[in-house]
Amino acid sequence: MSVSLSSTRPARRWRIGYRISPVGAICFVVILAWALVAIFAPLIAPHPVGEIVDFDFFQSVSAQYPMGTDYLGRDVLSRILFGARYTVGISLAAVTIACVSGVTLGMTAAVIGGVFDSALSRFLDALTSIPSKILALVLVAAVGSSISVLTLTLAVIYIPGSYRFARALAVNVNAMDYVTVARVRGERLGHIIRAEILPGIVGPVLADLGLRFVFIVLLLSSLSFLGLGVQPPNADWGALVKENIGGLSLAAPAVIFPLIAIASLTISVNLLIDNLPQKIRDRSEDA
Amino acid sequence: MNSLILRMVAGRVVVALVTLLIVAVVIFFATALLPGDVVQILLGQAATPAAVKGLRAAMHLDQPAALRFLLWLKDLATGDLGVSYVNNIPVADLIGSRLGNSLKLAGVTAVISVPVALTLGITAAILRGTLVDRTIAVFTIAVISVPEFMVATLSVIVFAVYLGWLPALSMTGDVTTFAGLIKAYAMPVVTLSFVISAQMIRMSRAAVIETLSAPYVEMALLKGASRRRMVLHHALPNALGPIANAVALSLSYLLGGVIIVETIFNYPGIAKLMLDAVSTRDLPLIQSCAMIFCLAYLVLITIADIVTIVSNPRLRHS
Amino acid sequence: MSRLVEVRDLRIEARTDAGRVVEIIRGVSFDIDEGEIVALIGESGSGKTTIALDLMGYTRPGCRVTGGTVTLDGVEMGALPESRRAAMRGSLVSYVPQSAAAAFNPAHTIMDQVVEVVRIHGSMPIPEARVKAVELFRALALPNPETIGERYPHQVSGGQLQRLSAAMALIGDPKLVIFDEPTTALDVTTQVEVLRAFKSVMRKGGIAGVYVSHDLAVVAQIADRIIVLRHGEVREEGRTADILERPQNPYTRELLAAFRPSAAPRPPRVDRDDAPLLVVRDVVAGYGKTDAQGLPALRILKDVSLSLARGRNLGIVGESGCGKSTLARVIAGILPAAKGEILLDGRPLAADFRRRRREDLRDLQIVFQSADTALNPHQSIGEILGRPLAFYHGMGGRTREARIDQLLDMVRLPRPLRHRRPGELSGGQKQRINLARALAADAKLILCDEITSALDTVVAAAIIDLLKELQRELSLSYLFISHDIETVRAVCDEVVVMYKGEKVEQLRPDVNGGEPTQPYSRLLFSSVPQLRTGWLDGLAQDPELTRAFAQR
Repeated sequence: MSVSLSSTRPARRWRIGYRISPVGAICFVVILAWALVAIFAPLIAPHPVGEIVDFDFFQSVSAQYPMGTDYLGRDVLSRILFGARYTVGISLAAVTIACVSGVTLGMTAAVIGGVFDSALSRFLDALTSIPSKILALVLVAAVGSSISVLTLTLAVIYIPGSYRFARALAVNVNAMDYVTVARVRGERLGHIIRAEILPGIVGPVLADLGLRFVFIVLLLSSLSFLGLGVQPPNADWGALVKENIGGLSLAAPAVIFPLIAIASLTISVNLLIDNLPQKIRDRSEDA
Repeated sequence: MNSLILRMVAGRVVVALVTLLIVAVVIFFATALLPGDVVQILLGQAATPAAVKGLRAAMHLDQPAALRFLLWLKDLATGDLGVSYVNNIPVADLIGSRLGNSLKLAGVTAVISVPVALTLGITAAILRGTLVDRTIAVFTIAVISVPEFMVATLSVIVFAVYLGWLPALSMTGDVTTFAGLIKAYAMPVVTLSFVISAQMIRMSRAAVIETLSAPYVEMALLKGASRRRMVLHHALPNALGPIANAVALSLSYLLGGVIIVETIFNYPGIAKLMLDAVSTRDLPLIQSCAMIFCLAYLVLITIADIVTIVSNPRLRHS
Repeated sequence: MSRLVEVRDLRIEARTDAGRVVEIIRGVSFDIDEGEIVALIGESGSGKTTIALDLMGYTRPGCRVTGGTVTLDGVEMGALPESRRAAMRGSLVSYVPQSAAAAFNPAHTIMDQVVEVVRIHGSMPIPEARVKAVELFRALALPNPETIGERYPHQVSGGQLQRLSAAMALIGDPKLVIFDEPTTALDVTTQVEVLRAFKSVMRKGGIAGVYVSHDLAVVAQIADRIIVLRHGEVREEGRTADILERPQNPYTRELLAAFRPSAAPRPPRVDRDDAPLLVVRDVVAGYGKTDAQGLPALRILKDVSLSLARGRNLGIVGESGCGKSTLARVIAGILPAAKGEILLDGRPLAADFRRRRREDLRDLQIVFQSADTALNPHQSIGEILGRPLAFYHGMGGRTREARIDQLLDMVRLPRPLRHRRPGELSGGQKQRINLARALAADAKLILCDEITSALDTVVAAAIIDLLKELQRELSLSYLFISHDIETVRAVCDEVVVMYKGEKVEQLRPDVNGGEPTQPYSRLLFSSVPQLRTGWLDGLAQDPELTRAFAQR
């Protein structure tokens, strides 16, 4: 391998020039759109969220109500736009708390090792052997389901997974000779975690954050669907499905569109992560 | 079987038991967080202080939490699951028949989905990159990306509303005739099968693809082996462990799916029982149901681990 | 002799992970006669394995033949359907892989896999094939030829597996056998045995061979002709003796020069009565539970003692598993010694590096084998070199920047490289940075753990030259650990030979002219292939001795 020495570009530049797949681009647009909807819902919703706009419930799609009306005769489109705030907002907050705590604990455990590592790992592994929905039920039964409690509950449920993922990555990086070199140089724990380990795991950790976001959206929707998540009069997408389930035998749009909203978000995140550019590596060696 | 394998299997079982103990601690103390005094809730506002005190003593609530945990654990180990707060029926009686129903549902689902999913997963791996593989990939990623209740509601819309093959939400009590039985189980089983098949297809495909890329498979090719021989003789014997692992792990997804499916189809199983217990805050019932689910999950995970150990040819012939 | 293989203007391209298409074989042509052994020599990336595999009508996933023809025994491989090509593999042309350990399926017995070729092609009844396999095992000098086939691959050693894979290649009576670096992963004493076995069966059967290797000395023993490859092109082709003695192409000359490292011009010896820089005394180290005396259950080092004079170099040689890398880790304090003393500059060092003083850590720097894992891929070269300057010497701003430039000058790298990341550098450049980081600390002693082993020959030779130059400029000492005896001798004044965790002897120029005296050291030194034809045939080793020591 020969490297030309003419260019003197700085090392910390943001690399572009990856081939971006069209599927990935579409997914990114969908995710961005939902994020904007969550922020600007009051500005773009055609009707106030709780207003009964028509006495005819479970209306089908029409020019006036593009997604029909719900079981009380409210505009489904407006309710979905506002629902995005709960679904996206709660999930984003929960996944951030889960990943920040999980990754910090995971890196610390990997670098310190020993009893601290084994005790923490054993405990958090035990938590993962409680199925997430069961743990959610137990916690909701115990502490209720206000928005903040719900967010924390979801975060707690996904901390062990995030911890385990980050720890496994950090253990690999920790075994690298460059970390040994830094240790033998006499560097402190903080420097090793910050300068040597974190940069090496940040990419996969972000991808994992995306996957975990999907899990949290699914769990939140399921809890709301079971009536244990976001409580009326507020409604996330899962709660919208639950309150309109009576229209299922009519195949009412009020049931179908919230489902489509969930699916469009989760499938987009999953596909986007699947289509993330692989690290460019020349395989011009003996192949 | 040799002593090394036995030792490793025993090690896994010990880990499972320790995990179960930690799980018990978590479940017990999570439910102990319940705000408000249970006795107050049970007796209502008008209760006399003496009655409250008496009931507290009877329920050991005047004792420290650690001691109550040990008592609870002892009762649990001896099969005494306690008495429901809500209707004073022993929890064991409440759970009894419901557990059977859930196991039936899970059993039927497993019998149907395991062979189908493995066939699809292994086929996709062998036909990697072809149209068949991509179609299967799109299907699986779509199913695992959406919540179970979406699969359930879409199944209802397709099979009940549009095609009219099956009843929508009624779990008809008529299971005496074969047709009735089919109708009662069809929707829940179809929904659950979709959910766990998607997981199983993905995992078994990954397991076979990994063994197919092993150097000894390339060596077989260089010995003149046919594609068929490379897959059946060289890759599959080594993929058995990972595949069995994938099956066990996928079956553990049944536990989460069953909660949604029993609710939506009004199926009288243990998950529905637990959900009702959560809405009435019936502590002993919640604790017992949660422990049963965790036990089932741990059993499946431990089986997956043990299968991996036992199927490793390096360990088997050492 | 009639022609067996004709390769004409072969072109192969590969798709990289990034989706870029590069031509990795650029118009290669050569012939092989029946019964002739031809070596393909080249460094990594030269395309030698790709060419060899294409002789079997096989290209790895991601590669594609874009032009040219390969004709094998009168049949053009590229024109055949895959089923016809499969019918030729194993029967007409067969393959001996680099790592036999990975190429044997762990789920089946060795015998099943050896006779599988016969089973696939139906060339003879299976019982007959089993008898033939045992004969081959015997011819390949395998122990217990009657029963070794009943074992599973993980139950036999690497050297044995390598010979068993040759049996697997030979059982179908092929006209051509492809050897893909078959001894690269083996220790030298084992390599001698395996090479002898290969050579005798090939010669006896009159079988043609393609021997892919990066090691000229090994190839010189077995090949009739040598083809030198670089960047997917043939640089030179000729009879083995001609290539070795009268190389025409500049690249071939470079390759040969790298094989004959010039003896180190020794730096003038400093005062004799000066205290040694490093003293290691009765060190025991290992892993596992410790017993009553505080000694670990699994002992990797057993009572090792050595000393290194200031400004001099000490080499540690031995085969895999002898404990030489562990010794480096123990001296650096990464694996604390269970017993014994380590003194640097007369001061005792704590066993665990965490309890050493910062000056001690600074004075003793370790350089690891693989620069790929020793340099953080997420930091720029400037950051990598700047950190020890700031950490040990409190340098900042201009002073540090100037010193980084100086360090790059010292390791003969252009200054603008400081803005790059390790991934953008070549293997040799990375190893220079690795070294520069140790220099940044102003170390007195540098532990070099196999620092040339992962490099191509020519690049490794340049690193060795750099080490010597640096020693002339700075007052440095190296503890140089390697399995490659020639390299160690090029750098070091004294050499310690290790075997199974013990020091066998310390060779000193003033004793016996630096030649080995102990039986194991003699075996080890005599097993190093020499760059002349006929070395292997003329090599007389005591078979008893070989059996006693070689970890086959």
